[in-house]
Amino acid sequence: MSEHSTYTPGNAVEKWLDDRLPIIRFSKEHLMDFPTPKNLNYWWTFGAILVMCLVIQIVTGVILAMHYTPHVSMAFDSVEHIRRDINGGRMIQSFHAVGASMFFAAVYIHIFRGMYFGSYKAPREILWILGVLIFLLMMATAFMGYVLPWGQMSGWAATVITNIFAAIPVIGNPLLELLRGGFSVGNPTLNRFFSLHYLLPFIIAAIVVLHIWALHVPGNNNPVGVDVKDTKRDTLPFHPYYTMKDAFGMVLFLIPFAWFAFFAPDILGHPDNYIEFNAQVTPAHIVPEWYFLPFYAILRAIDFNILFIDSKLGGVIFFGGSILILFFLPWLDTSKVRSGNFRPMFKWFYWLFVVNFVALTYLGAAPAEGIYVVLAKICTAYYFIHFLVILPLLGRIETPRPLPTSISESVLGKAH
Amino acid sequence: MLNTKTILAALALVAGLAAPAMAQDHSTPHIEKQSWSFAGIFGTYDQNQLQRGFQVFREVCSSCHGARLLAFRNLAEAGGPGFSEAQVKALAAEYEVADATADGGVRAAVAADRWPSPFETEQDARDANGGALPPDFSVLAKARGVTDAFPFWVFNYFTGYSEGGPDYIHALLNGYHEEAPEGFELADGKYYNDYFPGHAIGMGPPLMDELVGYEVAEGEAEVPLTVEQYSTDVAAFMMWMAEPHLAGRKQTGFVVLLFLVLFAGLMYATKRRIWQGIEH
Ligand code: HEC
Ligand code: HEM
Repeated sequence: MSEHSTYTPGNAVEKWLDDRLPIIRFSKEHLMDFPTPKNLNYWWTFGAILVMCLVIQIVTGVILAMHYTPHVSMAFDSVEHIRRDINGGRMIQSFHAVGASMFFAAVYIHIFRGMYFGSYKAPREILWILGVLIFLLMMATAFMGYVLPWGQMSGWAATVITNIFAAIPVIGNPLLELLRGGFSVGNPTLNRFFSLHYLLPFIIAAIVVLHIWALHVPGNNNPVGVDVKDTKRDTLPFHPYYTMKDAFGMVLFLIPFAWFAFFAPDILGHPDNYIEFNAQVTPAHIVPEWYFLPFYAILRAIDFNILFIDSKLGGVIFFGGSILILFFLPWLDTSKVRSGNFRPMFKWFYWLFVVNFVALTYLGAAPAEGIYVVLAKICTAYYFIHFLVILPLLGRIETPRPLPTSISESVLGKAH
Repeated sequence: MLNTKTILAALALVAGLAAPAMAQDHSTPHIEKQSWSFAGIFGTYDQNQLQRGFQVFREVCSSCHGARLLAFRNLAEAGGPGFSEAQVKALAAEYEVADATADGGVRAAVAADRWPSPFETEQDARDANGGALPPDFSVLAKARGVTDAFPFWVFNYFTGYSEGGPDYIHALLNGYHEEAPEGFELADGKYYNDYFPGHAIGMGPPLMDELVGYEVAEGEAEVPLTVEQYSTDVAAFMMWMAEPHLAGRKQTGFVVLLFLVLFAGLMYATKRRIWQGIEH
């Protein structure tokens, strides 16, 4: 958006550079002058927090990789070696492991923020779709990273999750062998997972660049969801207003982060992962990391055949569908109003959806027996009903509250 | 407006529910949490306790259990049992380790060597223990945990409870019964234990009162020679073995958190200042 550029090269060197690679101009436009709605609340700091998370994961990860050995007979001990013998190794390792959880906590907040404020609606569909793509890649990255320490949960998660793909007709088995590099989870699996685990974060970083590019074309959505009308009255330059607000948000976010990393680095993990992987001994309960639990619950909920589709394939379809459906959210929600604040009925269903999602998380960790199985089915059904029935219908039957004519009007109308 | 409290509550729930809900055998009795010197923000190991725990390990457990990640030199490192370099050297010399380059394939251990395993192979270990495998101690204290019922585990995230391993080990060592309860089929060579999953454990009660003679330094209080005391000491030692840098990590953590809180305060003040007079 060069029309916002107020950059004039300060000296001859800058001028020379500006004529060849206008990187200073670009940074000034996008990181400093970018007009940003003045009413963004703290939920909008999570994008910046996520960038920080990605940087932390990459920096700690690169250091870990200097000391890690991707071999089935050495991987477990090499992670312990990092914790014990490397200077600061215990902290680097725990920042990376805890960081993965914090990254997901932040991304869930970021996604649910988008869902409440309708940030996925026109003209931000591509921005949203890139986000879902990032989310998918994050899941793949986290899953493969979890396998690397080669503990019991690592190996068994690899076994169970790769097995899911075997349910796909025709290509299932070849795909399974390709993922594992053989018939069972072993050294080839560990090696390809390590390679991909190192690669994917950089692909995520590249997509984040596109994500922010797609953000900077229409500009930010905002809590009232009305477009910017008058740049002067409705927006503030990104710097110093939002650089400061985001920086504060990041520091705040680092407090629980540091709490876990320094005082309870293993509390978000599973003790069984301190037992080296043994393909002969199945753990009593194979539980994925907490951030996969809602989707794991959906996978397990389909334990019955649907017509000619057997339960295993059915599980895979619903599991995949539960994530893929997010790609279509911009078109499933038929309401023209973005912000949930002005949608009296949507508000209720939104919170019901949140509760349902939390319930799925719980059920993903619960044993697959008795009442839990029934509840998991109900919650799975509701998850899809929300997207496929409620959202399309709400847009038609709901009468939204009157929208403010502009951001500045809504801001001034607010009691201080 | 988005109701901040509702969201925070929901988030706390997500984080909480996400607890690896390891549904354990429901007949397992509740495990008493002990008060450990290494728990909490200011936790550090009690050097005397680690020395006693090491003694129990060395005199009792190490005849069956290995500790392949423990090097003799670790015993002299800061935050640990605090033996002197000379003590460790002398201790190591009492053990033999395999070394293909040495005469006869074995030599006396040096401080840099790892703790030698009591059995050559896994099969030897099983044969000597009626088919059961005594697990290696290196990280065992982190490989076990305590599951709290809802909603109590939620609080663990706020207290940073990370002592489930030693709590379990302590309970296990005190959880033996002379005889299995009526109706419980105990296989040959198995012992009944309240806390072991499935209750039939392949390890006989390894401790009894007065089994290990603690030396008491002059001017220090007498330490009771009981199973209770031994099990607490050895569990603490096992925690140190699994997490040798705990004290340093917590000290750094305290400084980092203090800094972050103060820094956040300053950031907030600066942010307020910058945004002053702007309606938003
Ligand atoms: C005579 C050999 C022997 C001695 C001595 C011994 N153990 Fe064991 N221990 C075993 C065996 C065998 C097992 C495996 C039991 C099983 O899996 O059924 C075991 C298992 C354990 C376990 C793991 C239980 C679990 O949850 O899987 C712990 C903890 C343990 N021992 C602690 C100790 C401590 C502490 C000492 C020293 C005070 C000790 N052991 C001494 C043989 C021994
Ligand atoms: C590595 C992960 C991610 C990073 C680093 C990232 C980064 C950002 C940043 C910096 C912003 C602008 C600030 C803000 O609105 O918070 C943003 C906005 C946005 N992101 Fe992401 N994001 C990530 C993942 C996702 C995911 C998984 C989704 C959805 C599935 C998503 C959807 C959106 C949407 C819709 C917006 C626009 C919000 C608005 O303007 O109202 N993002 N992202």
